[in-house]
Amino acid sequence: MSSSWWSEVQMGPPDPILGVSEAYKRDTNPKKINLGVGAYRDDQGKPYVLSCVRKAEAQIAAKKLDKEYLAIGGLGDFTKACAKLALGDDNEVIKSGRNITVQTISGTGSLRIGANFLSRFHTEARDVYLPKPSWGNHTPIFRDAGMQLKAYTYYDPKTCGFDFQGALNDISKIPEKSVIMLHACAHNPTGVDPRPEQWKEIADLVKKRNLLVFFDMAYQGFASGDIDRDAWAVRYFIEQGHNIVLSQSFAKNMGLYGERVGGFTVVCKDAEEAKRVESQLKILIRPIYSNPPMNGARIAATILNTPDLYKEWLGEVHGMANRIITMRELLVANLKKEGSTRNWKHVIDQIGMFCFTGLKPEQVERLTKEFSIYMTKDGRISMAGVTSGNVGYLAQGIHAVTK
Amino acid sequence: IMSLFGEVPQATPVAVFKLSNDFKEDANPKKVNLGVGAYRTDEGQPWVLPVVKKVEKIIVADNSLNHEYLAILGLPEFRSSASKIALGEDSPAIQENRVGAVQCLGGTGALKMGAEFLRRWYNGNDNTKTPVYVSAPTWENHNAVFANAGFEDIRPYKYWDAEKRGLDLDGFLGDLESAPKHSIFVLHACAHNPTGTDPTHVEWMQVAEVMKRRKLFVFFDSAYQGFASGCLDKDAWAVRYFVTQGFEMFCAQSFSKNFGLYNERVGNLTIVARDSDNLKRVLSQMEKIVRVTWSNPPSQGARLVAITLNTPELFAEWWDNVKTMADRVLLMRASLQAKLQALETPGTWDHITQQIGMFSFTGLNPKQVEYMIKERSIYLMASGRINMCGLTTKNIDYVAESIHETVVNVQ
Repeated sequence: MSSSWWSEVQMGPPDPILGVSEAYKRDTNPKKINLGVGAYRDDQGKPYVLSCVRKAEAQIAAKKLDKEYLAIGGLGDFTKACAKLALGDDNEVIKSGRNITVQTISGTGSLRIGANFLSRFHTEARDVYLPKPSWGNHTPIFRDAGMQLKAYTYYDPKTCGFDFQGALNDISKIPEKSVIMLHACAHNPTGVDPRPEQWKEIADLVKKRNLLVFFDMAYQGFASGDIDRDAWAVRYFIEQGHNIVLSQSFAKNMGLYGERVGGFTVVCKDAEEAKRVESQLKILIRPIYSNPPMNGARIAATILNTPDLYKEWLGEVHGMANRIITMRELLVANLKKEGSTRNWKHVIDQIGMFCFTGLKPEQVERLTKEFSIYMTKDGRISMAGVTSGNVGYLAQGIHAVTK
Repeated sequence: IMSLFGEVPQATPVAVFKLSNDFKEDANPKKVNLGVGAYRTDEGQPWVLPVVKKVEKIIVADNSLNHEYLAILGLPEFRSSASKIALGEDSPAIQENRVGAVQCLGGTGALKMGAEFLRRWYNGNDNTKTPVYVSAPTWENHNAVFANAGFEDIRPYKYWDAEKRGLDLDGFLGDLESAPKHSIFVLHACAHNPTGTDPTHVEWMQVAEVMKRRKLFVFFDSAYQGFASGCLDKDAWAVRYFVTQGFEMFCAQSFSKNFGLYNERVGNLTIVARDSDNLKRVLSQMEKIVRVTWSNPPSQGARLVAITLNTPELFAEWWDNVKTMADRVLLMRASLQAKLQALETPGTWDHITQQIGMFSFTGLNPKQVEYMIKERSIYLMASGRINMCGLTTKNIDYVAESIHETVVNVQ
C-alpha cells in the first residue's frame, strides 16, 4: 500500500477569524496589536479570569464532587439558571414549563443543535435569513445542517449604522415560516443594535410574516453592562407571542471561553410540547458527543445560583462593558488628536465587543503590514483588544491609512 | 397560534439511561445497578482517581492558567501525549511525523469527527453510500453516530456467537471477505462492548490480513485502554499491530473510563496517515468540521490528562490507579464465576472470567433479564450485558443467587 486514502483531500482554507490570531502570534513587532478574535482583555492586554469565577472554582473544589456523566441535556442547576437569566426570573414561559433549555457546547454548539433541530423538524421551510453581515460561522453551521442561507439588509455602510428601512423592506418579503436570525444585542460583527422602538416594529412585522425567530445571544451583559437591558429584545418578542428558539453563550460574559458553556432554548406552546421537543433534542445530541462537559457549567451554575457571587458577577460584567465603552471614547478622542477629520461617531454609537470601523480591505491590509495591527478583513475590530496603552498607536495607524 | 412543533413526536428514551432512572426509583434496599458503564468502588461509589484529585489541585493553584479558547483541534500537549498512549512512545508512525490528532468531546465526539470526515473525504467526496460495518452486537450509539454523519448503509458484521458464548471468527472473517471494497469497519480495540470478548493476537492478525487485501478502512474505537488487562500497552496491542501493517487508520480514544473523567468529555481522534503531507491536509479539513460543530473543545479535562501524561511521577500514579480498577473487575469476575459454579447453576460460566473489561455478556435472555429486574431489583441491559463494576463483595452473593434462581425458574 503506497498510495494514500487522502491524496484527493484538499488543503482547507484557514479560518478567517481564528487565522488572524495565528498571524498575530507569528509577528515579532513589539508594538503589535491583536484586534481579531473576540475575547476580552484587561487594560494590560491580558486575559481576564473573573474573580467570581475563581471563587466559584474554589467552592466547587471544596465540595469534592464526582465526575459521573451529566444527563444528555446537561446540568439541571445550570439549564434552569440559564433560562432564567435570558427570560427573567418571573417569566411566564418558565413558570408554565413551556420552555426546554439544554446545555450546549457554548454558542457554536447551541447554534448547531438548533440548526439540526430545525433541519429535522421545521420541514415547512429550509431557509434561514441572516442579517447582512452576520457572524462568519453562522453560514457554514446552518449549511452543514442542511439549511439554506439567505440574507436581509441590516448594516448601512454609509452611516456605519442600522439600515432600519432596508431591514423592514427585506423582512416584509421573507416567505412565511422561514427562519429569521436576530442578534439579541451587541451585533457581531457591526456592533449596531436596533433601538427599542425599532425592535418593536421588527417584532410586529415578523409576526405578520409568520416567521420563526432564532435569537443568538452571545453577549448578554456585555453590551450595555446591564443583564436585563441586553435581554430586552428577547423578552419583548416572547411577550408578543413569538415562540422563539434561543442560543446563549457564557464564553464572553463569564470569561469561560475554553470551558464551552452555552444553552439552547425552545419556547414551546405548552409543557407537553416541551417534553416532546426535549426528547428529540436528546436524540440529536447523543450521536454528536453523548453529554456535555461539566466544568464550565458547574462554574456558571454556582455563580448564577449563589447571591453573593451573582452580585459580584454583575459588577464584573458591568466593569468589562465599561472598559470597552471607555476605549471607544478614547479611540475617537485620539483620532481627533491625530488630526482626523472623518466622522468617527459610529465608534461610540456601536455597542459590545466589536466595532465596524468602516475600513476597507486595502486599508486593513496596510494596517496589518505596516503597523502590525491585526483585525478581520471586513474592518471589524475587537474593542476588547484596545488598551489605554495601545489606543494612541491604534489611532495613529487608523489615521495614517484613512487620511 | 398553531405551533411549529405540533407534529414533533415523543422520542423513545435512550435505553441505558432509562435503566439508571428506573434503578434510582426502585425502593428495594437490595437493588443492584449493573447497567451504565462507569466504574464503581467496592462500596458501590463513583471513584475520582487519586491522581486526578492531585492534578486538579495543581491546576487550581496555578495562577498562570486561564479559561481562554483552545485551538480548534485542541490542546497540543494533550493530543500528542494521548496519541502516544494509543500507539506507543516509540511508534515508528509517530517518529515518521505521520500521526496527528483532534481533541474531541469524549469517545463519542472522536467517533463523530472521524465519521464526518470519512463521509466527506474518504473515497471520493460523497461517502453516504459507503457501507459502514459495526460488530453484532456493538455499543448502541455506534449506529446513530454514523447514521447522523450521513452514512446510509450501516451493516452488522458477525462477531458474537451466542451458542458458544465467544467470538464467531469464521463469521467475522467471512463478512470481511464479502464486504464491498473500501467498506469502513468499526473495530473495538479491546474490552469489546458489550460482549467483553476480544480476538486473540492470532485472530487479529487474520483480520488485518483480510482488511489489507480487500482495502477495508480501519476505524478503531478505543474506550477501555488499560481497563481490559490493567496494562495500557497490552490493551493497545491490536491498534499497534495494525500500524505496523502499514494501515492508514483512525483510532477514537476515550479517557472517560481510564481516567474516570466521564463528565469532562475527554477524547482524542488519532489519525495515522501515509505521510505528513497527507496528514496536514486531513487535519485542515478536520478543523472545518470542528468549527461548525463545537468550534473548539473544552479545556479542563484535556489539561488534566496532559499534565498527568507528561509528568513522570503522575503518569506512574495513573498507571497504578488504572490497575486498581482493572484488578477489582478481575476479582469480581473470578468471584462471580466461582459462586455460580458452587451453586451449580445450570449452564457454563467460564465466559465470565474469559471475557475482559467492564462488561460481561451473561447469556441471560430478555425474559430472564426482565425477571432479574422485576423480581430481584437487579438492573441489567435487555441484551444480558452486566457491568462488572456494579458488583461488590457485599452484593455479589445476592447477584449470584439471583442469577441462579432466574436461570432455574425462567426459560
